[in-house]
Amino acid sequence: MKSLFSLILVLLMATNTYAVTKVNGAGATFPYPMYSKWFSEYNKNNKDVQFNYQSIGSGGGIRQLIKQTVDFGASDAPMKERDMKKAAWPVKHIPTVLGAVSVAYNLEVNGNLNLDGETLSAIFLGDISKWNDGRIQKLNPAVKLPNTDILVVRRADGSGTTSIFSDYLSTVSTKWESKVGRGKSLKWPVGIGSKGNEGVTATVKQTEGSIGYVELAYALKNNLPTVALKNKAGEFQKPSVQGVSLSAASLKKDAKVTASIVDAAGKGVYPISAFTYILLPVKEETTQLKEVKKFLKWALTKGQNMTEELHYAPLPKSLATKMLEEIK
Amino acid sequence: MVRDIENVQNSFSTENNGNISKKKSFLTYGEQDKFAYFLLKLIASLVIILLLGMIAMLLNSSLPAIKEFGIGFAFNDNWNPVEDEFGALAFLFGTLVTSALAIMIAAPLSISVAVFINEILPTKLGKLISLFVEMIAAIPSIVFGLWGIFFLGPFVKDVLTPFLKSNFGFLPLFQGASFGIGILTASIILAIMITPTITSICREVLKTVPKIQKEAALALGATRFEMIKIALIKPSFSGLTGGVVLGLGRALGETMAVAMVIGNSPTITASLFSPAATMASVIANEYAEADSDLHLSAMCYIGLLLFLVTFIVNSFARAIVWKKQRKARG
Repeated sequence: MKSLFSLILVLLMATNTYAVTKVNGAGATFPYPMYSKWFSEYNKNNKDVQFNYQSIGSGGGIRQLIKQTVDFGASDAPMKERDMKKAAWPVKHIPTVLGAVSVAYNLEVNGNLNLDGETLSAIFLGDISKWNDGRIQKLNPAVKLPNTDILVVRRADGSGTTSIFSDYLSTVSTKWESKVGRGKSLKWPVGIGSKGNEGVTATVKQTEGSIGYVELAYALKNNLPTVALKNKAGEFQKPSVQGVSLSAASLKKDAKVTASIVDAAGKGVYPISAFTYILLPVKEETTQLKEVKKFLKWALTKGQNMTEELHYAPLPKSLATKMLEEIK
Repeated sequence: MVRDIENVQNSFSTENNGNISKKKSFLTYGEQDKFAYFLLKLIASLVIILLLGMIAMLLNSSLPAIKEFGIGFAFNDNWNPVEDEFGALAFLFGTLVTSALAIMIAAPLSISVAVFINEILPTKLGKLISLFVEMIAAIPSIVFGLWGIFFLGPFVKDVLTPFLKSNFGFLPLFQGASFGIGILTASIILAIMITPTITSICREVLKTVPKIQKEAALALGATRFEMIKIALIKPSFSGLTGGVVLGLGRALGETMAVAMVIGNSPTITASLFSPAATMASVIANEYAEADSDLHLSAMCYIGLLLFLVTFIVNSFARAIVWKKQRKARG
């Protein structure tokens, strides 16, 4: 017993002498798979630093950052003004990757569905309740649409995905903007709420006649049919990693990175996409902050090559370079 | 006889003396008793302190919402996080309706199962069956939720809904479109989840009925069914109600499984097929990503209301038991 105890003690001391900088972060769930892959890859060459990221949601990440319990935060939506004021120091937004929201549906028809923003918002407002509505038929002349009810499936939990989706609908439809608006949790006019991307995916997969929005990765992994959306250039685009990166490229050089990029102009653009950010406090350099910056520099260069296998879109090269400048 | 007792006392005291002298305990038995009593009192009051502390914390964090909306919060069904307008009526409705429906399904079922296991099955088989019933309680609620999404939902949509519509379709309860996700599915899941709790309490209650009472009923010419009705269920009514109330408590607070199958739409409708939302589910759904302080506070207010609802429902059930007991005594 005594020897066991001393063995444990020795082991504890041994691990203690091997100094590891622990960096804590918290925030968005959406980029969590990407971040955890990055942390583990980064850790292979940087054994003296250990990242601990809690995917508690964007809102929670912002709150923890303000309370200074974490070294960095992460959020899908940029911080609001009133939250910025609560923080003890300015906060810098560093976009890391891009995500897209795809509109998935379950309908046995010949061919793929095309929709435009106006029609999509009418469906989610409940103004269009049957699949063979004239407005849908007009966009899909070759498809034979059934006379069945549309079931709108949406997120029940507060989510960055909802925030991006509602941002798009508000941009393309004034009625949506005035009746519902933008946010992580909304007052939905119709439909049923499922928990998480996986919940929406499951409900759409099971219910004939349903339509819902999920993160791109979920639609791709589960082979859900997705709607081709009309972009500003007039093309119908299915969601893809390339289409998302193109919408980020539309961001003007002097524009803020916190600007919305939904319904961006340009050819090949997929219209519902957004950045996800790491939130960096601007204060005097601590060891932890230095390590976060070092990691970010790696993520914005080498890390970007790993994004596509996890269905995230990499930042456009010009933006990544600009961000590298910003971090210094 | 008296000498015997004296002997025993003597032997005790010598033992005591021996013990004390050997171990040199610094506490006499009297002191030990006092110490144990104090310790137990402390632990028991800790539970109460914990409860009061939780209520105080909830009250404190819901203060902004209480100031903003007042008591009208509970009677307003508008829940709009975008505009920072909150009301809890739709969630109150969802919680009460699903729990009531679950009790309506689970109470007769559980009491029947308990009677069946105790009175009709051979002892060994009964023990086996009750083991299976109790195992239901060990299933995590997220598993129930997944089962609800993938099995029960489609079942309700394809089998139960057509049946209910063709037989009881004239009732507003069974009208409207059904997608398998809604009040009915959530209630069935809840009923299954609370059945083991109610069953095992009911079994214990029924066990306390003296055998002689049952035999007396049979001797008076009662059939087996009459015996169960008169000699078993009636005298143990208050105990059975207690079991049902415990089940109800669990149904009111159940979160995850309900959140996964209820459809999470804060609306008030007559149809059991339509989606709804419960107080616990909205807190679980929206708390993590709520970024306005009023939104957070409104959810704490809902938590406080849930406390209150549970309290009222429990006292109501207790009142029934108490009334019945008084009646039984005459």
